[in-house]
Amino acid sequence: MREITLSKAVNEAIAEEMRRDPTVFLIGEDVAEAGTPFKVLAGLVEEFGTKRVIDTPISEPGFTGMAVGAALTGSRPIVDLMFGDFIFLIMDQLCNQAAKACYMSGGKLNVPLVLRTNLGATRRSAAQHSQSLHALVAHIPGLKVAMPSSAYEAKGLMKTAIRDNNPVVIFEDKLMYQDKAPVPEEEYLIPFGKANIKREGTDITLIGTSSMVQVAEKAAALLEKDGISAEVIDPRTIVPLDEETILASVRKTSRAIVIDEGHQSYGVTGEIASRISEKAFYHLDAPVLRMGAMDVPVPFSPALEDLTVPTPEAVAERARQSVRGELFDAA
Amino acid sequence: MAAKAAAKKGTAPKGNAEDYLRMYRQMVRIRAFEDNANQLYLSAKMPGLTHMYSGQEAVAVGICEALTDDDKITSTHRGHGHCVAKGADFKAMFCELLGKEEGYCRGKGGSMHIADQSHGNLGANAIVGGSMGIATGAALSAQLRGTDEVTVCFFGDGATAQGLWYEVMNMAALWKLPVIYACENNGYSEYTKTEEIAAGSLTARAEAFGIEAHKVDGQDVLAVNELTQKLVARARKGEGPFFIELDTYRYHGHHVGDINREYYRAKDEESEWKSTRDPILNFGKWLTEQGVVSEDDLVAINDEIRADAEAAVAYAEAARYPDASEVDMHVYVDSPELDAALSKQSA
Repeated sequence: MREITLSKAVNEAIAEEMRRDPTVFLIGEDVAEAGTPFKVLAGLVEEFGTKRVIDTPISEPGFTGMAVGAALTGSRPIVDLMFGDFIFLIMDQLCNQAAKACYMSGGKLNVPLVLRTNLGATRRSAAQHSQSLHALVAHIPGLKVAMPSSAYEAKGLMKTAIRDNNPVVIFEDKLMYQDKAPVPEEEYLIPFGKANIKREGTDITLIGTSSMVQVAEKAAALLEKDGISAEVIDPRTIVPLDEETILASVRKTSRAIVIDEGHQSYGVTGEIASRISEKAFYHLDAPVLRMGAMDVPVPFSPALEDLTVPTPEAVAERARQSVRGELFDAA
Repeated sequence: MAAKAAAKKGTAPKGNAEDYLRMYRQMVRIRAFEDNANQLYLSAKMPGLTHMYSGQEAVAVGICEALTDDDKITSTHRGHGHCVAKGADFKAMFCELLGKEEGYCRGKGGSMHIADQSHGNLGANAIVGGSMGIATGAALSAQLRGTDEVTVCFFGDGATAQGLWYEVMNMAALWKLPVIYACENNGYSEYTKTEEIAAGSLTARAEAFGIEAHKVDGQDVLAVNELTQKLVARARKGEGPFFIELDTYRYHGHHVGDINREYYRAKDEESEWKSTRDPILNFGKWLTEQGVVSEDDLVAINDEIRADAEAAVAYAEAARYPDASEVDMHVYVDSPELDAALSKQSA
């Protein structure tokens, strides 16, 4: 199978859906000729023109609100939010407007909108261009949240998001845009709420999101050398969350670590860990562990920034402690 | 049938008695709705609170009578008037106010989110200024879809202090969007005089973006309607956006519980507006002077509408609450085409 970059996968997904459905359009800062700073959308304006690939002023709440209005009236906008950190700017439009229109109208209105944005530290971009803020929107009922872990997921989840009749937020890891993965030539969709078992194992379950799936896979390879068999699960979407696949795995392995790049406190790791503790408690042989980003603003210096995110080595070390029964201090 | 009739009303010739009477009736309907809503609140039959539109009727009616059912509006926390004027029915509105199953939003929206979506009302918004992006985006969508639909964004003077407005006016002007920003300046931003929260002039703010701005007496339904008809016709031809500042007055407090308000607004000022600038009294007087109707006709119209409203209140009081099973319905809507594509793929 051919291999393409995550950037190309996103571009293909959007182009295919824009060809299929004339109501789909793109809106955001420098999405047209510039194709975004990451060049993910390069070439789309040439094919679809400036009416459907719309460059906006630097007005995130304005163009997000406009996308909500367009989605309420027969269009299917894809909003490009250049950095995930800017989500704080659009919270009212996303969380008070897009997320609630369907419910507040008793199901008579709906908002088929995709917000594509990014997450991920270690790009030396400091505290306002490096955050992973997906937990903030996952907290709000009415939004769906997808977290592609490779080019394959990026394409399939984007196509599904565009066809979903609800507002969907997709967080791409900005460090993965040039990462290649096998992606079929033929069309495919990836259903929301269906986790992918990336690697089967028997001793411990590692649940990772976005680029933390790669971290979990690398940790599993390290653990294999120690004779520890780790199962790696990628939920693909955190809203809806495929609880069953996660619980079935933990019931089998009896141990789990949840790895996510959002801040550890009040985050995705805590949510998934508590669901495991509530629903698979009697199958557990060790406390469920959370490994999120440190609870500090992302520092600029590489010497500091690299300390803030989970690494394969750190995950493997926690997994060894779990399997060896060394976690009684935490329990 | 209803849509066809409505599609005509925006282009009816000036001086048409039928149009005048419909506008009169619609204003009376809003007043009757609000008087009953206020009573429901005062008698503790209505959950929560509400914001009365009384006094501002000529704004909603003058504007909405210039629109078709395909044209869109966005409304505000003070939204009952817009809802009635855009074609809503009393029963479903009172049911919504009381949180009943037959409400326009199945009781999930209440007063602050009330909307008859089937007549192009995109919702009442309880975030001040929160719908300015939605209205502008509806206009963008109309342009992209190649329709001649126009969107009217209703908001109050208080909302002009929100930054969102300046972002979307900029884009609306850049892209000549068919949107009309209708600012109902009722003199008060909640409990504060507008002059204390607004520097400079409001029309100048729109003009700064190259947007044609108008000021009109918001108590004169014909003046509002005439101006709006002209602007709607021009917006359909791609000459938008436009801004209208409508000078009007809020008879009640910020909300129904805001009763002792002398600390920010004099009683004399209120009675002055009510006795000299009431949009319904003045228009009714004009209609009789013009010989369109007699005073007895007006009394009969008022009585009929009051009786309708009271019957709708009784209906809503007796109506059922939504079943408990509805509490987690409508968080998401189904995506049948997507589901079909997914099941075809897995087959």
